[in-house]
Amino acid sequence: MSELTRPIRRLFGRGQRPADVPAGTDLAERPVPVEPAANRDSIAVDIPESDPLLAYFQSASGPVELARLELGSPAVDALRQAGVALVVPLVSQGELIGTLNLGPRLSEQDYSTDDRRLLTTLAAQAAPAIRVAQLVREQAAEAAERQRLEQEMRVATLIQQQFLPRELPNLPQWQIAAYYGPARAVGGDFYDFIEMRDGRIGIAVGDVTDKGVPAALVMARTHSVLRAEASRSDSPGEILARANALLEPEMPARMFVTCLFAILEPATGRIVMANAGHNLPYIRTDDGVVELRATGMPLGLLPGIVYEETEGVIAPGSNVLLYSDGLVEAHDPSQEMYGFPRLREEMAVDDAGSELLDRLLDTLHRFTGPDWEQEDDITLVTLRRASGVAHEPAGDGQAAPALVTAFSIPGEEGNERLAMDRVAAAIADLGLPTARLERLKTAVSETAMNAIEYGSQGNADIPVDIVVETTAASIVVRVTDRALSGGVPSQPEAPDIERKLAGEQKPRGWGLFLIKSMVDSMDVTSDGSSQTVTLTMAREERTDG
Amino acid sequence: MDDRTFGAVITEVPEEVRVRLSGDLNARADETLGTTYAQVAALGPHVVSLDFSHVGYINSTGIALVVRLLADARRDGRTVRAIGLTEHYREIFRITRLSDFMEIVEGDAA
Repeated sequence: MSELTRPIRRLFGRGQRPADVPAGTDLAERPVPVEPAANRDSIAVDIPESDPLLAYFQSASGPVELARLELGSPAVDALRQAGVALVVPLVSQGELIGTLNLGPRLSEQDYSTDDRRLLTTLAAQAAPAIRVAQLVREQAAEAAERQRLEQEMRVATLIQQQFLPRELPNLPQWQIAAYYGPARAVGGDFYDFIEMRDGRIGIAVGDVTDKGVPAALVMARTHSVLRAEASRSDSPGEILARANALLEPEMPARMFVTCLFAILEPATGRIVMANAGHNLPYIRTDDGVVELRATGMPLGLLPGIVYEETEGVIAPGSNVLLYSDGLVEAHDPSQEMYGFPRLREEMAVDDAGSELLDRLLDTLHRFTGPDWEQEDDITLVTLRRASGVAHEPAGDGQAAPALVTAFSIPGEEGNERLAMDRVAAAIADLGLPTARLERLKTAVSETAMNAIEYGSQGNADIPVDIVVETTAASIVVRVTDRALSGGVPSQPEAPDIERKLAGEQKPRGWGLFLIKSMVDSMDVTSDGSSQTVTLTMAREERTDG
Repeated sequence: MDDRTFGAVITEVPEEVRVRLSGDLNARADETLGTTYAQVAALGPHVVSLDFSHVGYINSTGIALVVRLLADARRDGRTVRAIGLTEHYREIFRITRLSDFMEIVEGDAA
C-alpha cells in the first residue's frame, strides 16, 4: 500500500447509524456527521495492510455490501460490528484513497439500485476532489515543516555564532585573524580565544567528526568544557586531559573531537600547546615553513589520555596558522585533494592576518572551481608577531626557548650537509665557541643523515623538519622525520676501531656514536608517525665541580 | 665539479706517497678513495700521508672510508699519516681512536 492509502487503515464508523462518511487521511479523522453529534459514537476500525479487504476495495467497481461479503477478513467483521452496512470505495487514478461507510438505511430496507447508482456517481466525483484536497494539505504540511526546520536552523546558526568569539584579541605587536565557514547552516568546527591569567591568551581550534546538527551539539558542549577547564588550569595538556575525561563518557558513538589548545604569552611570544589529534599548526619564519609538532589522541575516544606539551617562542616576524581539515581535504572537480603540501606552499608567502586568510580562501576556490559544494567545515586562525619586537624574558622568569629558525629539507641523500649549513648560518650570531659550533654541526649532519636514511628512506618528497631554538644557556636543535622505517636501528655494539681494523666489525656504524659524543644531550621521542631527535648544546663549556 | 666534490691527487715525495684530498669526504667519495689507495699501493710506499687540508667536511661514512683505507694499509704493512686536519676533525679522529693507529700531524702539510 502506498503512503496515501495508509490512513484508511483506520476507518471510522457510526454505531448502528444509517450512514457514514468517506474516510481518508483527514476525513477519517474528522467524519462528517449525518446525525446530531450528541446521538453518535465515533468508532475507529483499523485495517491491517495485509487484510484482503483493502485489495478488494481497490478493485471493486461500486458499493460493497458487507453482509454479502465472504472474504475471510477480520476488518469486515470489525466494520460490521461498528454498524457499517455498505462501503463505497473512493478510488482516484487506480489508488484507494478512502471509503464512504454507510450504516443501514433508516427505513431498514436494503439500499436500492438507485441508491447504489447515486453513491457510485458521488464516489466517482468525490474521489479526485478528495485526492486533490489530500495533496494540497500534504504539501501545505510539508511546507510548514520545511519552514519550521529552516527557522530552527536559523536560530541554531545564531546560537552557534554565540560560541565563536565576537571579537578577536587586540594584542599590541600581534596581528590576529580568523575565519569560520561551516559546510552547512551549523558546523562542528570551532575556535576560541580565552583570556587567562597574567595577560596570557588561550587559543583553541577544534573539529568534531561529522557535520551539521549532531556535530554542532557536540561542538557546543566541547566549547563549554574547554572554557570551564581553561579557567582552572594554566596547562594546555591538563586542560585537554580534563576535557577528555568529561567528554569521553558522554560522546555519541563514532564521534570524537580533534582539538589543539595553545597558551600564548603575548609579551614574549612564548607558546605552549597540546594537541588532541588536530592538524599540526604551520609556522612561517624567515627560513621557511615547518609544522609545530605535538600529538595526542582526539577527545572523547578513550579515557585517561595524557597530552604532552610542546613549548617554543614565536619569533618576531613569524606567522602561525591553525586550521581544520576542511581546507586541506577539499577536492577539485577531478577529485584531487587540496592537501598539506599545497597549504604549506601557500604559507611560504610573506603576508598575514586577513590578507593571508583571504588569499588562502581565494586559492581554495580557484582549486575547487565555481561549482564546488563545500565538503566540510573550514576554520582558519592565524597569528603573526610583528617584526622588530625584541625578545623579552618569559613571564615565569624561566628562560623560554626562542625560535631561531625552522625549515625543512627534502629527504634525499646528501642533504644532511644542507641541514648542517643552514643551522650553522642561523646560529652564527649567537656566539657559540668555535669548537662547540663544529661539534653541533657534525651532530646535526649525522642526525639529519639518519633522518634521511631511515625516516624518509631517501625520498626527496618526504621532508625532514629542523627547528632550532635557543635559551640563554643552550642551543636546541630538533630534527623530525616521518619514521618510515620506524627510526634508527639500535646498534648491537659500540664501534670498536680495533675490531673494525681487524675486519671483525664493518667500517661503518659511527653515526650515533658521533652524535652522542658531539653534543651535551641527545633525546629521541617517537609517536609512531614521526621521530624527533633533540640535540642540546650548552652555549658555554660546562665545568664540573 | 664544485669544491665539494671529492678528489684525490697522488704525489711521490721522498720516502712516502702523499695523497692530497679535497672536497667532502662522504659516501660519494667511496669509489674515488678506493681507487686512490689501489694506485698508492701500486707505488709500494712504506708511508702514506693523507692531506686533509682541502677537505671541508667529513661525515661518519667518510670516517668509515678512512677506517677501510687504514685497514688495507695496515694489512699491507704501510704506515698512514693524517695531515692538515682541522682541530675539530682531529678531535673526531681522537674520539674514534683513529689517532691510535695513524699519526696525526698538526698544522698544514709541509
